[in-house]
Amino acid sequence: MKPTAFDYLAPGTVGEAVDALAAGAQVLAGGQSLLLEMHLQRVHPNLVADINHIPGLDALTVADGTLTVGALVRHKTFESPGAVPGPLGDLFGRAVANIAHPPIRARGTMVGSLAWAHPASEWCALAVALDAVVELRSTRGTREVPAGDYFLGPFRTAREPDELLTAVRYPLLAPDTGVAFTEHRRTGFSFAQVAVGAALTIRDGVITEARIGLANCADRPLRAHAAERALVGSGPSSPVFARAGETAAEQDAAPVPEPYADVDYRRHVIAVLVARTLREAAPV
Amino acid sequence: MKITLTVNDEAYPLDVEPRRVLADALRDDCGLTGTHLGCEQGVCGACTVLVDGEAVRSCLLLAVQCDGVPIRTVEGLAGADGEPHPLQRAFSAERGLQCGFCTPGFLMLAAGALERDPALGEEEVAALVGSNLCRCTGYEPIRRAIMRAARDHRNGQEA
Ligand SMILES: Cc1cc2nc3c(=O)[nH]c(=O)nc-3n(C[C@H](O)[C@H](O)[C@H](O)COP(=O)(O)OP(=O)(O)OC[C@H]3O[C@@H](n4cnc5c(N)ncnc54)[C@H](O)[C@@H]3O)c2cc1C
Ligand code: FES
Ligand code: FES
Repeated sequence: MKPTAFDYLAPGTVGEAVDALAAGAQVLAGGQSLLLEMHLQRVHPNLVADINHIPGLDALTVADGTLTVGALVRHKTFESPGAVPGPLGDLFGRAVANIAHPPIRARGTMVGSLAWAHPASEWCALAVALDAVVELRSTRGTREVPAGDYFLGPFRTAREPDELLTAVRYPLLAPDTGVAFTEHRRTGFSFAQVAVGAALTIRDGVITEARIGLANCADRPLRAHAAERALVGSGPSSPVFARAGETAAEQDAAPVPEPYADVDYRRHVIAVLVARTLREAAPV
Repeated sequence: MKITLTVNDEAYPLDVEPRRVLADALRDDCGLTGTHLGCEQGVCGACTVLVDGEAVRSCLLLAVQCDGVPIRTVEGLAGADGEPHPLQRAFSAERGLQCGFCTPGFLMLAAGALERDPALGEEEVAALVGSNLCRCTGYEPIRRAIMRAARDHRNGQEA
């Protein structure tokens, strides 16, 4: 099918963009989800606001221990080593290789992924695990929402229809943080059946901080709080990581059955992948 | 909307609806049917073209987004004298095509990558080949063709 008819606007400023949103426009960022949905005629906006011409939205900045990613920073940016400093950059680099493939990554944006909120999105899982904050702008003003309160369900977020997601912010990870990202999917093309990102801090042989993000382990991205609690205070070891994997699978996850992956299978995969991710993240 | 597509250095002034995707504009409005459409969902890659030097899906881009931006399609690969592009020669030498439906997409995918980094390694080429679908060759000949073109390019530069 082809997209249904719509009017097209290319605002030159954030102000013009939020005016268009107030008039009912749908944002076009990378278009790698929106245009697909429009082809399938599951989305049929009357007005499309293409934000690709707004100067400044492509900024990627680090200041005061915080990374700020603007709405036009493409997935592929995070493939370049050093684009983001330290372990956070390393974690993003490991995650991005799992998102679609190079031509999609050349257009699609990190912020667009957070706006779209696919339950299997790698970026969404990392956003909740890393205490990211999204910045939302409308004609009514600007507000910030922690990622933990932002995702409400499949493709559902705290963003109001007239709000533009201008940026997402992440606290940088300490230099001694170990990171890893693993993903299980049916084919190289598929969305994740389960994906896990982890950041571990180990000091004097004891895990002092643990962050585990789960993609496609529920109807929305999750942070595995119970598994993290089970880790902090323990020494890093395979049995400890295996127990954390089981905790994540049984207590944190709420898997939704999918074709080729019923709930029991998914819990099994989650336990295995969480343990594997933790083993990889543990700096040895 | 009135726009001008600049395809293979030629200007195509068009009047298109905003909903027209780049692939349809290239095929139906510019008459450049070398760009193929398979899935229209970003999956198959048959529609891959270079937009501002970057290999992208022309089914997931609106024509109006490309007003004034340089576009290259498979028709722009061969030299002015009709001499095939080194990638086209390599695809032929390695039997990188059978039915040919996927070929324009793979060629533009590889052209974009090679122009950015002529020293493409095995790993990058493997990841690249995984971007598009081919129902005939089993991918291995396509992988070899891209490696051969990269090698020829390097040798040509040394010579
Ligand atoms: C073949 C294929 C495979 C893919 N595989 C994966 C994968 O493995 N993992 C994955 O995570 N994704 C995958 N994707 C999706 C891809 O990552 C998209 O790029 C991403 O989901 C959306 O980003 P975008 O910039 O393209 O947004 P768009 O498609 O432009 O927009 C998506 C939605 O978000 C809204 N939106 C976008 N930006 C904003 C903003 N700044 N403010 C408010 N609303 C906004 C739009 O209105 C729209 O509703 C795949 C896509 C394709 C075509
Ligand atoms: S037609 Fe564009 S990717 Fe298949
Ligand atoms: S040669 Fe037939 S699809 Fe690739």
